[in-house]
Amino acid sequence: MRSSFVSFTLNGEEKELLIAPGQRLVDVLREQCGAMGTRNGCGQGGCGACTVHVDAVPMLSCLVLAELAEGCDILTIEGAARDRTLHALQEAFVAEAATQCGFCTAGMIMAAKALLDRDPAPQREAVVEALSGNVCRCTGYEPIIAAVLAAAAMLARLPAAAA
Amino acid sequence: MSADITARIREDIFAAERAGVFRAVGRALPRIDARAHVSGSTRYYADRSFPGLLHVVMARSERHHALIGGIDLSAAEAVKGVVRILTHKDVPNNWYTILKLIGMGPDEEPVLAEDRVLYRGEPVAAVLAETADAAREAAGKVRIAYEDLPAVLDIEAAMLTDASAIKPHGSNLFIYDGRDHFHVHCGDTEAAFCEVEHILEHSYQSSPIEHAPVETTGAIAVPEPNGRYSIHSNTQAAFFTLDNAALILGVPFRHLRVIGGTVGGGFGGKVDVIVEPIAVLGAMRTGRPVKYAFSREEEMQVSSPRAAERIRIKDGVMADGRIIARDVRILVDAGAYSRHSPYGTIKAAAHMPGPYTVPNVTINAWCVYTNRTPSSAMRGFGVTIGDFAVEVQMDRIARLLGRDPFELRLQNAYRDGEMKPHRKKVEGAALVEVVQAAAERIGHSLPPEYRAMSSSRKG
Repeated sequence: MRSSFVSFTLNGEEKELLIAPGQRLVDVLREQCGAMGTRNGCGQGGCGACTVHVDAVPMLSCLVLAELAEGCDILTIEGAARDRTLHALQEAFVAEAATQCGFCTAGMIMAAKALLDRDPAPQREAVVEALSGNVCRCTGYEPIIAAVLAAAAMLARLPAAAA
Repeated sequence: MSADITARIREDIFAAERAGVFRAVGRALPRIDARAHVSGSTRYYADRSFPGLLHVVMARSERHHALIGGIDLSAAEAVKGVVRILTHKDVPNNWYTILKLIGMGPDEEPVLAEDRVLYRGEPVAAVLAETADAAREAAGKVRIAYEDLPAVLDIEAAMLTDASAIKPHGSNLFIYDGRDHFHVHCGDTEAAFCEVEHILEHSYQSSPIEHAPVETTGAIAVPEPNGRYSIHSNTQAAFFTLDNAALILGVPFRHLRVIGGTVGGGFGGKVDVIVEPIAVLGAMRTGRPVKYAFSREEEMQVSSPRAAERIRIKDGVMADGRIIARDVRILVDAGAYSRHSPYGTIKAAAHMPGPYTVPNVTINAWCVYTNRTPSSAMRGFGVTIGDFAVEVQMDRIARLLGRDPFELRLQNAYRDGEMKPHRKKVEGAALVEVVQAAAERIGHSLPPEYRAMSSSRKG
């Protein structure tokens, strides 16, 4: 089997990359695109640290073959901030002390962002459900849940264009 | 951060320690690394690119305890992309023990197994290849011929006189200054047991606990133009790593430079020195950067967990609730090699009898080798399981006497200036205040004499 060219959009930028068969999206993002903010925690879909958005759907990039990203719109943690202004989730994670070692943080924020993108005012249960595929070994989750709810409240106060 | 999780400073207690106003203590300040974490710009050890990077995958023991008849590397070497396979013969000083740096010995663990393996998952041969996939495939093709030996998997079975000794010194026990256990004694425990109203004896047992950090253990060793080696690592113990790696590799300490400090979860699990010596050795033998990172399976199977412990506590209690004798037997499962367990066992013994003043105490603690994954550091290792045992025991005493468990603890809590069994004076005690605060938080009312108690005076 031979490598082939794959095109996708990464954080709004067009990419055309030579991809070997079987290469995982997480490795392509990290090693070929330099998007190191997507973490590789388990390589088996168990921890959620590698969560990215593929066409606005949160996916575990360690379980996605890079070839299948052809034509897709991919968003990683590097694309969550706009014009160097942190997203409300990122601000809330800082304010609520929702990070410790930080290794799960990017995946947590991407999973939470997918939730807020489709449900801007979630109940606590919806937050817990949205984060249920993401493992954090430091915080005990409560500050993370609080941060997502705080971000939702923050976004509700902003004009829609800024969100 | 919500106000209810912000610590309130008891200014009455800490008055003597205050020089002016606290600037950070008692306030919720953002972590300095938080903005980097949320933007994804934090750089962990693996977030760097090195041209020509080689990958290590370890061929490991599939047996708990066995002699190695031979290692056949031919099929592994034939895998496309394999550059080199390291065995014990490549390691300059193959025998080490991590606590040598604080004077505990002897060297008793091989970096790579020689004629035998003592646990399932023990490293035998390190495959270096152009890709992680090639290294993994080749590691699966390393053929190790085993001759099985009886495995000792239970701590108490390992202590029996007829148990087969798995360690070269002919015993399954770590030797402390000529004794097969560590002990702390004060008073006359046997005599005190004759005077008490109640004797309460219970056993407590824990399982090994894996830290399971989201970032697995790993390091990248890079040859530098000046002949030295940089080690990008997620170790929690940069100097332990540097010194132990240099001793294993037989190079001056100054030849190694550890670059670390950013750890994707450690909890004590990244204190042993496991991946760095192999990564540097690979870099020395190939002249190329070498990455050795645990897979998730390896993190769960071979990274050292918190030791399993078996603790028996025998207490002598007076009718009024005073505990006047406490006899504790602690067995710590070190697994196959020492790592931090001999030290953890000392901590376990010295931590007894818990934060209570007991005049007659006997503590005996054994650090026991078994054919299990070596155990090591984890958050308060040596004391947390003991605390669990002691506090459950305290609840049982309270139940036996029909006493309030808060009051029983306040009555027996140690105070500043009292002597602990290992002959250190208590300083900065806070159990009384903590128990009072806990009772208040849950709306548990205490009689005035218990509310008036203080760690700084008896009564």
